[in-house]
Amino acid sequence: MTIIATQALTKTYGGGVTALADLTVDVDAGVIGLVGANGAGKSTFIKIMLGLIAPSSGEVRVFGLDPVAQTDQVRARVGYMPENDCLPPDVSASEFVTHLGRLSGLPKTAARERASEALRHVGLYEERYRQIGGYSTGMKQRVKLAQALVHDPDLLLLDEPTNGLDPAGRDAMLTLVHRIGNEFGISVVVCSHLLGEVERICDSLVAIEGGRLLRADRISAMTTASDVLAVEVSEGTDELAVALAARGLPVSHDGRLLLVPLDSEDAYDTVLQAVAELDLPLHRLDQRRHRVAELFTTKETADV
Amino acid sequence: MSEAGVIHDIGYQRYDGPRLGRGAVLAALYQHGLRASFGLGRPAKSKIFPWMVAGIVLLVAVIDAGVRARTGIVLFDYYQFDDTLTWLIIFFVAIIAPELVSRDMRSGVLPLYFSRPVRAADYVGAKAAALVTAVWLLLGVPQLIMFLSAAFTTKTGMRGVWHEAGNLIPGWGYSLLWAVIFASLSLLIASLTGKRAFAAGGIVAVFLMSTPVVGVLNVLPSTTAHNLSGLVSPMTLVNGIGIWLRGKVDMGLDIGQLGPVYGIEAFCLVSACLLLLLARYRKVASL
Repeated sequence: MTIIATQALTKTYGGGVTALADLTVDVDAGVIGLVGANGAGKSTFIKIMLGLIAPSSGEVRVFGLDPVAQTDQVRARVGYMPENDCLPPDVSASEFVTHLGRLSGLPKTAARERASEALRHVGLYEERYRQIGGYSTGMKQRVKLAQALVHDPDLLLLDEPTNGLDPAGRDAMLTLVHRIGNEFGISVVVCSHLLGEVERICDSLVAIEGGRLLRADRISAMTTASDVLAVEVSEGTDELAVALAARGLPVSHDGRLLLVPLDSEDAYDTVLQAVAELDLPLHRLDQRRHRVAELFTTKETADV
Repeated sequence: MSEAGVIHDIGYQRYDGPRLGRGAVLAALYQHGLRASFGLGRPAKSKIFPWMVAGIVLLVAVIDAGVRARTGIVLFDYYQFDDTLTWLIIFFVAIIAPELVSRDMRSGVLPLYFSRPVRAADYVGAKAAALVTAVWLLLGVPQLIMFLSAAFTTKTGMRGVWHEAGNLIPGWGYSLLWAVIFASLSLLIASLTGKRAFAAGGIVAVFLMSTPVVGVLNVLPSTTAHNLSGLVSPMTLVNGIGIWLRGKVDMGLDIGQLGPVYGIEAFCLVSACLLLLLARYRKVASL
């Protein structure tokens, strides 16, 4: 099911700055990674989907609705978590999320119930009655996520949800986003400039650069037939590389590792034979998936 | 752990209850603003100031009512009550207007509002209505106390009560005028900065700096200058309208035949403030 569809979407700001240029993409339900460098147009895209700014030209549809003309219907089904700090320090999380629930049109009691629910789902229990000012960054990010969930949207737009978190906090946040996408039945668009982060949890990926679409596809389609074998030997890395190249395998270096494309099961045997013949101490031999980042870099260099 | 202490994760529940329209959203925003004006739902610290002001205003009303009940001397009527408390109203809006708008600006909460069915006009309308109501309550409730005291001690029976009510209603109207002008002006100033202290200072400054100008105009050797002097300051502007509508010359300000000018200025001032606020939040909403 397509949830977001754009047709030649273009946004030019007053000063002649083009934030989005001729963006045409169809996005299916699921967890979607929206990646691009800072200033690539991710935030502009999100604001257009929320009906906060109107596109200069082209069309956008969210759940088949036009965010400019049917703003309220779209916003009722979309939850938004901004990138920046957006929490008042002197209220409790529970009260704050309840208030925002009411602003989304929930009746008073329903808003209160949904707020506790949302806070529980993001992992805030008793802390929710404390003032937000005393929260850690990780807890604040959770409150931001909870307020986006409170009105039970069908789509979450998360702008850099892992911003400012430590590695453990990042993992927890990503796990949570993954859970929302898979267990709650809510589609999630995760904006990030860190590809390695979103590729772990996303079903599909939309990459934009300079306001243009770089690539949009399912993760599975991007990573098929791109598995590699990583070989690590304690010594004699260079000799092994020469030996493997002699056997017709295109070897590439990655630090102390040698990467060999895993085209067929034979590659295992070939590598093992080469190592055995050279009598090298084999440290590691494992299959690993190509990271999506590598796809983009190879594509970009191919373009140049 | 007892059996009852176990928390069962029942998973995520979808919401299929009613979703209310923008009217309800506006009402929720208004209610939130009004509560915040008196520090309700906020820590004790933010309750101190509004309730202190409210306490002083109530005390003044109670003293007035008491003196009147005991001795029959009217210290001040409903209009003079508002005029007397000008300074407290200024301090009240100087603290509450930043509480209502600068705070949202500072904490960056506005993107969360404007990504919901809230529009710039809703936000401005709800905040202005909340502050107008707060200021009006601040003045109106003590006026009601004055009325009740007068009504219970009147010596002319029902006729006296009606006469008193006939004074109270325009008095409430006059308070509303204070509330509308002060609320729109102070909200506009407060919306310019996210720093509450700056906003409060700015509001007090605008109200105070205009007073000396009135004084200067009043010593000029021109009757027109005297009559127009009240237009410069929001306080004397409200004063002037009161004088114009009651057709009564009050001490201090002399507006001559220029009453309608005061009325027009007040109308333009409030409209301009609200439109500028709207323009400001239109811009903020799309950022």
